[in-house]
Amino acid sequence: MSTFWIVLGGAFTGAVGPGISVLYATYGELITERAGRINLGTEGCMLMGACFGFIATVETGSATLGVLAAMLAGSMLSLIFAYLVIFRDTNQLATGFALTMFGAGVTAWAGRDYVDSLIGGLNPISIPLLSQIPLVGKALFRQDILVYLAYALGPLLWFGLYYTKWGLSLRAVGESVTVAFAAGRNPALIQVAAIAFGGALSGLGGAQLSLAFTHTWSEGMTVGRGFIAVGLVIFGMWSPVRAMAGAFLFGGAIGLQLQLQSVGAPVSPFILDMFPYVITLAVLALWSGAASRAMPEGLRTVLRGGT
Amino acid sequence: MYIFGYRVPLFHSPLSRIAGVAALLATMVLLACGADATSTPRPPAATVAQVATEVAPDTAMAFEPTVDDLAGGSPEAFAAAFEKAIAGSQFRPTSEFAAAAQPLAEGEKLKIGFIFVGSQRDLGYNQAAAEGSQYLEQVFPDVEVIRSENIPETADVQAVMEQMIRDGATIIFPTSFGYSGPTKDIIEKHPDVMFMHMGDSESFENYGAFFGNIWQLEYAAGQMAGNATETGKLGFIAAFPIPQTLLNVNAFHLGARSVRPDVETTFVLTGSWCDPAKQATAVQTMIDAGVDVVTQHQDCTKTIVEAAERAGIFVTGYHQDASSAAPNAWLTGAVWNWGPVYAELVNEIRNGTYKSSVMFVGLEEGWVKLAPFGSFVSDEEKQAVLDTVEALRNGSLQPFAGPITDQDGTVRIAEGVVPTDPELQSISYLLEGITGRTN
Repeated sequence: MSTFWIVLGGAFTGAVGPGISVLYATYGELITERAGRINLGTEGCMLMGACFGFIATVETGSATLGVLAAMLAGSMLSLIFAYLVIFRDTNQLATGFALTMFGAGVTAWAGRDYVDSLIGGLNPISIPLLSQIPLVGKALFRQDILVYLAYALGPLLWFGLYYTKWGLSLRAVGESVTVAFAAGRNPALIQVAAIAFGGALSGLGGAQLSLAFTHTWSEGMTVGRGFIAVGLVIFGMWSPVRAMAGAFLFGGAIGLQLQLQSVGAPVSPFILDMFPYVITLAVLALWSGAASRAMPEGLRTVLRGGT
Repeated sequence: MYIFGYRVPLFHSPLSRIAGVAALLATMVLLACGADATSTPRPPAATVAQVATEVAPDTAMAFEPTVDDLAGGSPEAFAAAFEKAIAGSQFRPTSEFAAAAQPLAEGEKLKIGFIFVGSQRDLGYNQAAAEGSQYLEQVFPDVEVIRSENIPETADVQAVMEQMIRDGATIIFPTSFGYSGPTKDIIEKHPDVMFMHMGDSESFENYGAFFGNIWQLEYAAGQMAGNATETGKLGFIAAFPIPQTLLNVNAFHLGARSVRPDVETTFVLTGSWCDPAKQATAVQTMIDAGVDVVTQHQDCTKTIVEAAERAGIFVTGYHQDASSAAPNAWLTGAVWNWGPVYAELVNEIRNGTYKSSVMFVGLEEGWVKLAPFGSFVSDEEKQAVLDTVEALRNGSLQPFAGPITDQDGTVRIAEGVVPTDPELQSISYLLEGITGRTN
């Protein structure tokens, strides 16, 4: 197999590996933003999920309980956000950012005794036949259960958003709280639910990182992936299926970066290191117009770029 | 877009949009290229320092490590290393001006600050240093250690040190390599506090530097890896291409080639001392490249060790014994033995005999040791590696004796030349047979 195919295969492996946790956080942020709120606490929710999911797994020995604990921890943090921005009317950006700091602090404190713990965690399950496909088979179909769930969740969320009554309510609140209220919906309740669900998904992303992908808890282990997720929502123009493409592009850039180094490509690893972030920035800049049109109306006051 | 209220038609036509993105990319590349050109090294500040003063007589305090403490290293070599470093220092014995050298009041404790870049339980670099600091408390009943973990290598570390000094710390060990810059910015402000940096290659009046030649054991671990590999491909996952790291990967590679001359080593950088997700991805990258023995130079080592175990490949450890995380994959490892080193440094500072210097010593002095072997390693292989360790200890084996050729085929160390420790510690290239980049 030539070097080119090895590198490309590596990019696929990377896309799914480090991409999935970002994908969950992107789903979570997407649901939140569809309801007209922007939660910069996503990073904190991921850390909460990663940390408390890991702790629960160590203490109970069950990764399933760990995953549930992660979702609970993520949604708890986002419920603080919901209370502050919906009922106390605080600034969304400042509140979200403060909660990320809060989540980082809480998890650093709570998790300090678990840094050297060993867990069974969630391990890859090979799907027969599909995992035999050359190039992409191993990358896509020899993964842990949370990866398969993430594949399914994209289309499911899309269907939920566009073809169910709940989805319609959620989108309506995101477009105009007043109109949704006039139509007999309860905007505050819907937003709280969306934010809590979003936090749970971000927590699940954290759990994928700590329980399945690395089997490790270490302080600040998400290293900014929650913020990347916020960017990827705009990249995906508030569509769950396009968000999948964004998350895999981001993960693929990490995989590609390591793979290029391993074959000795004549590019500085420091430049390759910026790759995922530059791609995200470039895409934001290129698609700013289209993204602006797709943006839920309720986000305009906080998210509007300079047009 | 509006600038100061005026509408600027930027990013409106597709062409200007593409030009904008190109400009953005170009700026980032330029920033990246210019980044290391802007960091200028700080000139040695101690021009007033060349004053020979009488060395204060030893006080009652004395620390004498045993052979066991030194993991087989000789106590004489240990003592000689300190004497040599102190005698060779260009600085006056600054520590007698240090607050730490003043006698303690009854019931008072000598406070020593330790700052770690990661968790003290990372099964890695920070845990090795933290265990050394616990050893200090064991041998000196009147010492109290103040610890601070997960401190980034930025101005944050200065704030932590200032706080430690306010809390009464008179000796501070900033244990991470990247703390050197921020630390050197505040040493003049606190002339009576001793700063003991780990890994720097320069020293100032109240700023000493020390590090161990762990590359010797990387060579031994490399030999074990060379025995274990079937594909003949080894992987080295590093964080940053600093000289310590390059020396380690080169030594590991040479060790493997000493038993299997066709071994090739793949070298990748994660760009972070501890990013578990990237470490796990890097292990996958290595497996894709056909690697079947992987090792690392990261601060937290657990993720890579465990990932190797799960993937069914072998691993050699670094910093700290992590064999418990990989019963079927663990071959051996190169680990630190900081306790006696810290104890002797503190002892010298308290006695007023310490002069700031840069120390690099290794096996013979007992600063580094070999981690336990995996249970499945055969007795012959164990013996062969232990023989290598002994040959490195007594100096009969010099792995970097020339000719040494780098990646591009250039001879870097000529035939018959044996490089000195400082030359090795400033190595800037990868050897022939290693795939990867240094910048």
